[in-house]
Amino acid sequence: MDNLKEIKKRLGKKALNTKEHSEKRIYFDIDKKDIVEVAKLLFKEMGLRFATATGVDTPKGIEIIYHFADDKEGKLINIRVLIEDKKKPEIDSIAKFMKAAEWIEREIWELLGVNFIGHPDLRHLLLIDDWPKEDFPLRHDQDHDHNKEGKHK
Amino acid sequence: MSHKVFIPIGPYHPLQEEPEFFRLYVEGEKVVDIDIVIGYMHRGIEQLSETKHFDQVAFLVERICGICSTSHPFAYVNAMDDLTKVEVPERALYIRTIIAELERIHSHLLWLGLAGHFIGYNTVWMWSWKYREPVLDIFELISGNRNHYAMMKPGGVRRDIKDQDIPKIKKCVDDLVPVLDMFKGAVMDDPVIQARTKGVGVLTKHQAIAYSVVGPTARASGIKADIRKDHPYGAYDRVDWNVITQEDGDVFSKLIVRVLEMLESVKIIRQCLDKMPKGSIDANLKDIPEGEGIGHIEAPRGECFHYVKSDGTNRPIRHKIRAPSYMNVASNKVSAVGGTISDAAITLAAVDPCYCCTERTAVIDRSKDKKIMDGWDLIKLSQEKTKKMQEARQGNE
Repeated sequence: MDNLKEIKKRLGKKALNTKEHSEKRIYFDIDKKDIVEVAKLLFKEMGLRFATATGVDTPKGIEIIYHFADDKEGKLINIRVLIEDKKKPEIDSIAKFMKAAEWIEREIWELLGVNFIGHPDLRHLLLIDDWPKEDFPLRHDQDHDHNKEGKHK
Repeated sequence: MSHKVFIPIGPYHPLQEEPEFFRLYVEGEKVVDIDIVIGYMHRGIEQLSETKHFDQVAFLVERICGICSTSHPFAYVNAMDDLTKVEVPERALYIRTIIAELERIHSHLLWLGLAGHFIGYNTVWMWSWKYREPVLDIFELISGNRNHYAMMKPGGVRRDIKDQDIPKIKKCVDDLVPVLDMFKGAVMDDPVIQARTKGVGVLTKHQAIAYSVVGPTARASGIKADIRKDHPYGAYDRVDWNVITQEDGDVFSKLIVRVLEMLESVKIIRQCLDKMPKGSIDANLKDIPEGEGIGHIEAPRGECFHYVKSDGTNRPIRHKIRAPSYMNVASNKVSAVGGTISDAAITLAAVDPCYCCTERTAVIDRSKDKKIMDGWDLIKLSQEKTKKMQEARQGNE
C-alpha cells in the first residue's frame, strides 16, 4: 500500500485523473510533456518493472498507456497519455534511459505513427523495411487496402 | 581488427515460435556486438483480434505460440475477467492452474532437450523428449488435444477434469519426480556441462533490471520475481510452492532454475488436484461492458501480458499482446557479447526463444561477403567443444 501512496504523492498535480479499476490495476492520466519525468520516477527511483506500453487509436487522439509492474505489492501502475494531434503525433522517448522500452517504442512508431523524440534507434521492428510510409496498420482512420492501384510502391 | 566478420543466425525455421534474426559481429572467436532483428512472422494478431468476438479471441491467441499454447489464452481470460469483474468459479481457477503447470513442465522439458542437443548431449535430448510424451498424453486425456487444448474461456474453462482422470494425472506427475531428480543430478554433477555453461552468457542482475527481463531469465540473475507469487491469479495463492532463483545469471543458472521449477510445478499440480472443489466451471458471461482490462500470467518463458479494451460491442477495439520473449530476447544484446562463437548457440538458446533459429546460421566474412559456416556448422562447433572437453577429462583420469 505504501508504494501506491508514495506514487500518488510524488505525482501530485501531474496526475490529471486517477482511476482505480481494482486494487491491483491503477490508471493515472498525465500530460504528455511529463512522461519522461514520470517514467524516471517510477522506473529509476521507485524501482518498478517496465512491463510494456500500449498504443490505442481513439477518436480523441492516440493514447499511449505505459504499464509499470510493482512486483513487491502486486499492482500494475498504468500511466496514460493522450496525443491529440493525430496528423503529426509526437512524444518524448523514454527509451533514452530505459533500454526495456526501446522495442515497444519502435513498434508503436511503426504501427501507429507516433514519433518518439530522442529515441536512439527508431526503425522498423515488426514490419518490412519497405513498408509504405504514412500507412500505420493500427490506425482506424486509414485505408489499409494495399491492393489498390498505386498504393504499394 | 581488420578481419571483422559477422554471423547471421536465423530467421526462419518451421519449429520456431518467434523467428528472429541475430547478426553476430565477431573478431576471431570473440563476439563483439550483436544486432537483433525480429518481425519475420508478424501476423498482425493484435489487429486480427479486433475483428473477432470475445469468445473467438481466446482461440485466436492460443495460436500465437505452438509450444506454450495456453499462456496467451490464460493471460487473455485474466484480462477479460479484470474487465468484466466477473467472479470466476473456484473449480475453474484450479483447472486453469493445473493446465498451466502441466504446460510449464512440457515446455521446460522441451527446452532441456534442445539445450542438451546444442552442447552435444544428444542423450539428454532424447531422454527429456521421451519423458515429455506422457505429459502430452495427459493433455490429450483432459482436452482431446496434445497441444492447443482450448481450455480457457472468459469467466471459466471450457472442459472439466473428470474424476476418473485424476489418478492418471497424479501418476503421470509422480512418475516425473524421479526423472527430474535424475536430470538435476546429471546436470549438477557433470563437469563438462558445468564447464560449458558456467560463466557463459552472463546477464547480471543490474542488466536484467535495465532490460526488464522476465521469467526464468530474470530469476537466474537473482531477481526474485514471479507473477504467480507477486500478482497471484488462478489458484496459485491457494497452494504452497517456492520461487526458484539463482544468483549467477549464466546458462548454468538458467538450466538449474528450469529443472527445479518443474519440481515446483509437480508440487502445485498435486495440491491443486487434491484441493479442487466440486461445482460449476463457468460463470456464463453474457455481455461484455465498456472498459479495459489487463491480464498477465507467468508463462514458461516469463510474464505474458495482455491488455483488452472494449467499447461495449462484442469485439475488442484494442488488444495489446506482449510475449515474454519480447523482453528476454533483447537482453541477448548484453549476454552474448564478450563470449565466443562456440558459446553463442547455447547463450542465445538460454533465454528459451525457441532456438531452432540457430539451425539456419551462416558465418559470413564481411569483407568478401562469402558464407563460411551455416547453422549446422555452428551447432557442430558447439558439440565438438564438448567432445574435446570430455576427451581431455578421460585423458587425465
